[in-house]
Amino acid sequence: MDLIIEGVVKAFHLLIALDPEVLGITFLSLMVSGTATIISLAIGISIGAIVALTSFPGKRIVVSLVNTGMGLPPVVVGLFVSIFLWRSGPLGFLGLLYTPTAIIIAQSIIATPIVMGITVGALQSLPASLRLQILALGATRIQMVWMLVKEARLPLMAGVMAGFGGVISEVGASIMVGGNVRGYTRVLTTATVMETGRGNFDVAIALSVLLLSFSLVINYALTLIQQRDRPR
Amino acid sequence: MTSASRVLLDLHDLKVERGGVEVLDIPSFSLGENEFVSLIGPNGSGKTTLLLSIMCLLERSAGRIVYRGEEIGSDHSTLAYRRKIAMVLQEPLLFNATVYENVASGLRMRGVARAVTRRKVMACLERFNLAHMVHRSARKLSGGEARRVSLARAVAVEPDVLLLDEPFANLDAPTRESITDDLEKTVRDAEMAAILVTHDRSEALRLSDRIVVMQSGKIVQADAPSVVMNCPANGFVATCMGMETILDGVIERNEDGQLAVSIAASRLEAIGEGEPGTRVYCCIRPENVTIDLVHPGVATSARNVFPARIVSMSSMGFFLKVSLDCGFRLVSYVTPESFTRLQLEEGKEVFASFKATAVHIVAREEHGKVDRG
Repeated sequence: MDLIIEGVVKAFHLLIALDPEVLGITFLSLMVSGTATIISLAIGISIGAIVALTSFPGKRIVVSLVNTGMGLPPVVVGLFVSIFLWRSGPLGFLGLLYTPTAIIIAQSIIATPIVMGITVGALQSLPASLRLQILALGATRIQMVWMLVKEARLPLMAGVMAGFGGVISEVGASIMVGGNVRGYTRVLTTATVMETGRGNFDVAIALSVLLLSFSLVINYALTLIQQRDRPR
Repeated sequence: MTSASRVLLDLHDLKVERGGVEVLDIPSFSLGENEFVSLIGPNGSGKTTLLLSIMCLLERSAGRIVYRGEEIGSDHSTLAYRRKIAMVLQEPLLFNATVYENVASGLRMRGVARAVTRRKVMACLERFNLAHMVHRSARKLSGGEARRVSLARAVAVEPDVLLLDEPFANLDAPTRESITDDLEKTVRDAEMAAILVTHDRSEALRLSDRIVVMQSGKIVQADAPSVVMNCPANGFVATCMGMETILDGVIERNEDGQLAVSIAASRLEAIGEGEPGTRVYCCIRPENVTIDLVHPGVATSARNVFPARIVSMSSMGFFLKVSLDCGFRLVSYVTPESFTRLQLEEGKEVFASFKATAVHIVAREEHGKVDRG
């Protein structure tokens, strides 16, 4: 019991003192996962919109593949990204393995199917006649898609939350392709794993508290946007 | 179309297929400038399909659309064309935004300047009595208000043609009435042409310059309301236009247009054309059938008087619908006052009478073909 209390107390000391190393790790985590989320939004929403709004042979298979991808295990992604970025791998010449960019790539791959799946679901839940009504008001096809995305913004916001929540908390891919290099690719989750392994529970607890608070703050902010957007 | 108005829109041999089945076949249809046309027909008769085809939102398997003398292809020219037309679908389908945003949406798509948009939207909201709810969320509106916003949204882009797919369905009578008033005024003031899909005959009669009756993807009759109402082209149109009684008969005699038609075991007198031996439908409006307790004898100008038994009665609001059996089925409308005075009840023996001029004769279609009788 002492271990926990002591750990929590020391953790708060670290946080209050704004320990530079903890700050650096936090900043990197936010940067990496934020960038990965933005990339996954761009890819996921556009491809998701195409999948949802067009009909093509094999659409059901594609949709079920996307839905399967929503639960992609981070270690599997980590493995494949590692193979591709390995020095002798197909993209080895880029020299990206064990860099923050490698983590961004892996996390984008994890988040994209989540955003895409939620986009497909959100757009398909809109009434089919809404598309006709928008075109019947004189919209171009692009305007039509944009208006549909705007109509589906509340469920899409859930996609943003799910995507960000998924990548900021994953550890497998980050440690595999990032390598947990101190001051370079060490993020909140990989640092927590390492410090716990070393028995430094105080630091691990401090990092976990930060991780939890970021998840909480960001989800709360997104919920606020969602609520404000809801019709009065 | 009134002869004075110029043709705005022309359809030639328009055909639409769905799953290999032809769902629309319009050899020719034109809409005049400022013309108000009502489309009437049962569900699945192709009314909505016709509107969507006009809007180029449905791929046509054949045919041409000519707008102001210019043929509309399937390429970029459709956007410019589509922007001259606005369509209101059956459901209000409002965007999850304020009333203002909704009504402004069409103008925004066209890249209209902010100030102009604001002016037009406000004018339009004023017209449809929505000015007081400009900042209200469209999701918090009542059914009637949502319909108003949906209409205002289409009218705001000042289209040349307004296509309305049952915009008043599922509304209570007073709301329907007031929205219809606003719509009529707007369409007339803005000099738009309009095509309205409706199931309501009285609405069609009131608003239209022309009524188009559709059946199985085809236009069965397109005429002025009075013509469609009083001289339906066939039995189907007659049913659509509220001819409750349609009797199957054969012309027995024709003396200068005064016909004797045999119906079951009885004989009717009617005015019309047709050789003896021709099979015809006799259409009789229920409001033209009078019920008497005693035989009116020579005291009536009605050429057709039959003893009848009341089979059933049902209230239609302001009047009662009385089904009679006089060897053939006949329907009559009576007021509640007459109903009370004559002490009508099921099974009661009465006399039913109607004038020869109240019988509309329609030649029977042979081999399922439409015959403009």
